[in-house]
Amino acid sequence: MSRKIFVLLAVLVVATLVLAACGGGKDTPAPQEQPQEQPQEQPQEQPQEEPEAQAGEGTLAVVQNRGKIICGVNANVPGFGFLQEDGSYAGFDVDFCRALSAAVYGDPDKVEYRPLTAKERFTTLQAGEIDVLIRNTTWTLTRDTELGTNFAPTTFYDGQGMVVRKDSGIESLGDFEGGAICVQSGTTTELNLADQMAAAGVNYTPVVFETADDVTNAYLEERCDGWTTDKSGLVARMSLFPNPEEHMIMNVTMSKEPLGPLVRQGDDQWFDIVKWMVFATFQAEEMGITSENVDEVLATSDDPNVLKLLGKEGDMGVKLGLDNAWAYNVIKMVGNYAEIYNRNLGPDTVFNLPRGLNSSYVDGGLLYSPPFR
Amino acid sequence: MTTNTSEQQAVPFWRDERYLQVIIQVVLVGAVVGFIYYLIHNLVTGLEASGQPLTLSFLKQTAQFDIGEKLIEYSRASTYARAFLVGLLNTIKVSFLGIILATILGIIIGVARLSNNWLINKLASIYVEFLRNIPLLVLLVFLAAGVFFKLPKVQHAVALGKIAFLTNRGVFVAWGEPTASWPFYVWALIIALFVALVVAVILIRQGRETGRMPLYWLWGTVAFLVVAAIGWIVITLATPQPPLRLSLPELAGRNFKGGTSWSPEFMALLLGLVIYTAAYIAEVVRAGIQSVSKGQREAAGALGLSGFQTMRLVVFPQALRVIVPPLTSQYLNLTKNSSLAIAVGYPDLFAVGGTIINQSGRAIEAISLTMMVYLTFSLITSLFMNWYNQRIRLVER
Ligand SMILES: N[C@@H](CCC(=O)N[C@@H](CS)C(=O)NCC(=O)O)C(=O)O
Repeated sequence: MSRKIFVLLAVLVVATLVLAACGGGKDTPAPQEQPQEQPQEQPQEQPQEEPEAQAGEGTLAVVQNRGKIICGVNANVPGFGFLQEDGSYAGFDVDFCRALSAAVYGDPDKVEYRPLTAKERFTTLQAGEIDVLIRNTTWTLTRDTELGTNFAPTTFYDGQGMVVRKDSGIESLGDFEGGAICVQSGTTTELNLADQMAAAGVNYTPVVFETADDVTNAYLEERCDGWTTDKSGLVARMSLFPNPEEHMIMNVTMSKEPLGPLVRQGDDQWFDIVKWMVFATFQAEEMGITSENVDEVLATSDDPNVLKLLGKEGDMGVKLGLDNAWAYNVIKMVGNYAEIYNRNLGPDTVFNLPRGLNSSYVDGGLLYSPPFR
Repeated sequence: MTTNTSEQQAVPFWRDERYLQVIIQVVLVGAVVGFIYYLIHNLVTGLEASGQPLTLSFLKQTAQFDIGEKLIEYSRASTYARAFLVGLLNTIKVSFLGIILATILGIIIGVARLSNNWLINKLASIYVEFLRNIPLLVLLVFLAAGVFFKLPKVQHAVALGKIAFLTNRGVFVAWGEPTASWPFYVWALIIALFVALVVAVILIRQGRETGRMPLYWLWGTVAFLVVAAIGWIVITLATPQPPLRLSLPELAGRNFKGGTSWSPEFMALLLGLVIYTAAYIAEVVRAGIQSVSKGQREAAGALGLSGFQTMRLVVFPQALRVIVPPLTSQYLNLTKNSSLAIAVGYPDLFAVGGTIINQSGRAIEAISLTMMVYLTFSLITSLFMNWYNQRIRLVER
């Protein structure tokens, strides 16, 4: 019996000492796992500067060791991020996860999708549970600073809209006086709604739910007179309505909603990779390179700009810490911006969303890539 | 390996069981404290390194979001602290009402389960068995989406005269609207309460002396009502205005105006919490009553007490001693379960706290605050129930 007690005692004493030692090392954080072998010899960020970030390793190294990217996505917005019946994910945002995977591994399918609600998404990213968040997330100053995130270029320029029943007689925000509006919590949407209604001096009741399903269900039960979110979200989710023709998107735009991928602050290399992956899709569209003609272009083109993008000239990929064929892989395996857009939201889909602002600058839109050089 | 008594002096202290017991305790406490210290230290340094040191100063920033249901003045321009308070009061509102209603319903069902009437008995059993076997979350979602949102639309409200309207935007009922003389009337109510207490105390004293306890709570209530009514008349005559004006709900535009209203989210949550917790309280009450031996009841019957009198004077006072401790945990459960409000869209502390986290990015601070509040609620409830338990415990003679 006393033997057992002794063993127990010894364990406890050792544990206490170890813990006390950890707790005591105030200014010298206990040495984290040293990056023993770097799969590639790029200048990694100095591990000491980010002791808490993934045991001192850059996200790229972590991702490469793990063999898959964990991508935070939406599961409930068809066309953007949607969990399909066969259990796979599809959509515009999801394709950018795949493009990132193609850039890193030369394989678009090494992605683990993590469906997240609006409320969960930032904490999950901050905590390091996902490598990148691509979930119709609006770039705002607060999110860029206080929430500790960095936004890659906007992939979809959107604005907040409002859906009402056609027979409700509501034509402007002022008509909501005394009414109720359904909205999802943890979004820019609920903030814009409060701002707009305060500015218009309209008394209304916000009915707030945590998931998009609860929001639309309450609206369809006529708990609310209106339902508001990003216009893309309205169009996408209206496709799930039993009688979409009874509803209409009002002719108001309540905010600017630039949606795009984001990463944790403090890892510039990973941030650069996500940024340039997006730019590569813009650039490919501008140059007319598609998944179908990319091989032909690579074989026949002698335009140095094209060759740099596709990795035949220069070492753009190496500078990012990737293979030089990274952008080629993105285009070949996932497509340029126009292909991604049309596949998920274009004329052949139920959404048929006009490109509008989301056109290349050469066509009068806002998509503009800095030079690949 | 046992120690021989004759050898006891020879045993060094590290093998002496008595010392060992103490040492183990000390080491264990040390380990636990050390571990907690380590966790907190780790958290603080981690947050500092990421440039987000722990601070509560964000509470002073503008919240920027609206809240649908509030007991105090609040707008998007209020602070996060105020938003927190709105959520807190909403939690108190639903928990407080929930505890009272669940207790009443629970007692009724608990007593019904012991009824000799076969039908009542079986119905009560089915109620308890059914509700104890479905998850509360499922019940709440069902009540919200399947019952309250399915009520008629505002335009087709079910009307009970002009007094109440039932719609899927809430129940709207006639209510007293305070006028300019209301503040005076608050004083009249305080006086009425005081008088009622005095009456009750006097009656209890009398009861102790004579050995025949009068219905002191009944007379106390009567005293309260009488004084309150006199106050009403006096104030109405003095300031030619009654303290409350009747306000009837009326359909105006997209919703009812006037009166008071309870949102479907609130009612779904309250009803869910009440009928769910009542099932457990019923079991507690049944067990309590059954713990009083049959002989007591028979003795009471032999003394000529009626069934109701037996319950009130003999069985219940003794049963309470068994009932109160588990009842306390049911009250705590109800309060904590009210955080499921988020599933039905009621802005309670947890729901508002979550929104604050999301909009401010201050997860750890906001969650800690939320936990502290629930802990405080629980402690207060426990303290009160312990005090009550002390009061009703069997005084050994
Ligand atoms: N762009 C806004 C709103 C994004 C958002 O969460 N939209 C909702 C409405 S469509 C959504 O995606 N909900 C899906 C879900 O939570 O399941 C933001 O970043 O805050």
